[in-house]
Amino acid sequence: MLAITIKQFLRSKAGIVGFAILFIVLILAAFAAYIAPYSPIDQNFTQQLLGPSAHHFMGTDRYGRDIFSRIVYGTRYALLSGLLADGVALGIGCLLGLIGAFYGGWWDFAIMRGVDVMMAFPYLLLAMLTIAILGPGLINAMIAIGIVYAPQYARILRSSVLSIKENDYVTAARAMGASDLRIMLQHISLNAMAPIIVQATLTAGAAIIEAAGLGFLGLGAQPPTPEWGAMLSGGRDFMLSAPWIATFPGLAIAATVLGFNLLGDALRDALDPTLHRH
Amino acid sequence: MLEYIIKRVVALIPVLLGITLLVFLAMHFVPGDVAQTLIGEKGGHEEVVKLRHELGLDRPIYVQYGLFLEHAMTGNFGLSYQTLEPATSMVMGAFPVTIQLSFVAILFSILIAIPAGIIAAVRQYSVFDNVLMGGAVLGISMPVFWTGVLLMMLFSLRLHWFPFTGIVSNGISLRTVTGFQLLDALITGNWRAFGDVLRHLVLPGIALGALPMAIIARMMRSSLLEVLGKDYVNTARAKGIRERVVIWKHALRNALLPVVTVVGLQFGNLLCGAILTETVFAMPGIGRLAVTSILFRDYPVVEALVLFTALAVVVVNLLVDVSYAYVDPRIRY
Repeated sequence: MLAITIKQFLRSKAGIVGFAILFIVLILAAFAAYIAPYSPIDQNFTQQLLGPSAHHFMGTDRYGRDIFSRIVYGTRYALLSGLLADGVALGIGCLLGLIGAFYGGWWDFAIMRGVDVMMAFPYLLLAMLTIAILGPGLINAMIAIGIVYAPQYARILRSSVLSIKENDYVTAARAMGASDLRIMLQHISLNAMAPIIVQATLTAGAAIIEAAGLGFLGLGAQPPTPEWGAMLSGGRDFMLSAPWIATFPGLAIAATVLGFNLLGDALRDALDPTLHRH
Repeated sequence: MLEYIIKRVVALIPVLLGITLLVFLAMHFVPGDVAQTLIGEKGGHEEVVKLRHELGLDRPIYVQYGLFLEHAMTGNFGLSYQTLEPATSMVMGAFPVTIQLSFVAILFSILIAIPAGIIAAVRQYSVFDNVLMGGAVLGISMPVFWTGVLLMMLFSLRLHWFPFTGIVSNGISLRTVTGFQLLDALITGNWRAFGDVLRHLVLPGIALGALPMAIIARMMRSSLLEVLGKDYVNTARAKGIRERVVIWKHALRNALLPVVTVVGLQFGNLLCGAILTETVFAMPGIGRLAVTSILFRDYPVVEALVLFTALAVVVVNLLVDVSYAYVDPRIRY
């Protein structure tokens, strides 16, 4: 199964491009200290608002900080926001979906109505409401986004589990005396992973955009953190005199999210047996 | 059909109650004391206790929720801490800008996405199809606030084709009738103002419409491709009907059904995008109100805003479901 999936995935040029983009982002994040030529935070008032040049590949901002260095360090915050928010969403959502589908009855009813209520809110507004409670900040923004995306996982896992739990091997495991927890984790969850993997990839991209959006609104990362959304927001005051300040962080967000979206689309095609071309 | 609509409306009641409960609990767990915030740091203990009693904050939580529900039903959320205006009227004043912006955005996205999706499906794997679908993935990946900033830099600041910010230019006078600037200009026959408001809406509309445009185009393409592979389409072709007629008369009508749903479901996305787009273009809609009220901890406004927005999304989703059932009789089970 894994071999077929990998073979299918390798057939997708878009998927490979997505993988390559994310690999570059990962390298930039891991080796930021070696790749970035300047400090992302130290101000240098002799170098303010310089255009792109050999010294400053993407120019400098109003405090004389090198935009390229800030973008390189920003990959860490982008990946962190994607992974942490996605992790929170996946953890909460899968737990709720699994419990609802496995136990059924009132559990299922209560959890799914809660999911309905949360899905009635526009994502960003629910995240903003959560931030109203937790207070602005990068980590709080990530938690808020995680909570917002949890219902999607709950729905997806619930529908998979509902069909999987009727399989004979689950009945067999139960007959052999396996505990609920063991059945849920070992026999059901592993078999319901394919749609969750696809969702996790696409949600990571969406979470990066949302986190950058909250940073842009001033509700996420706070200055001087080199977070792309906040950097873009800071560039709005210099759109005419120094357009590069707002341009490059946006390009970085779009490229990273594009990587996740291309990878997610290719994984969906590779993991869906009905779409396989022979 | 009526039975279906009634069933759907009844099913909404627990969701609406859940929404009010969530907003109530969220506001209840906000750190800090509302009474202390209202009186200010200098207020004495007795004053705070008195105000807490007046606001009902010393009552059991279920009584407070009951009061909150009562206020929500009558649209009375109290006065804004910032401006001392009624929170409901502030939200109602901001909504028209957001709705007009969303309307322009969805109109723009439909006008481009549907023909583009059709051409991409009919000419599958052609250069046009590849470019379009590549563009659509890019459209989904671009943050709306960046698209907005780029459009503003090019078309407002460099080329001066469109106004920079706001919804109406300073020199233009417009009498308020409905609160919807476009509609007010039409009603009063003020064509100069109509053109001005429209020009203010073009760039934010394009920025906000980019994401739904990408989603709708992809949906239109895949839906039409699926229908084009169906037996009845092959039968129509086998009968010798011209390809154009097969596509327009036989395939397109059925292919449009899922597209209708996707268009309707974009409303929630549009409101999220509108919050960011309005911030970029400094438009006085709910987005700006949401950001300022959260930053200033203006809870009556936050409550009113979140509740009204969620209500709007729920109602629009209901309308989409009902219209879908109307278009496709198989839905009415």
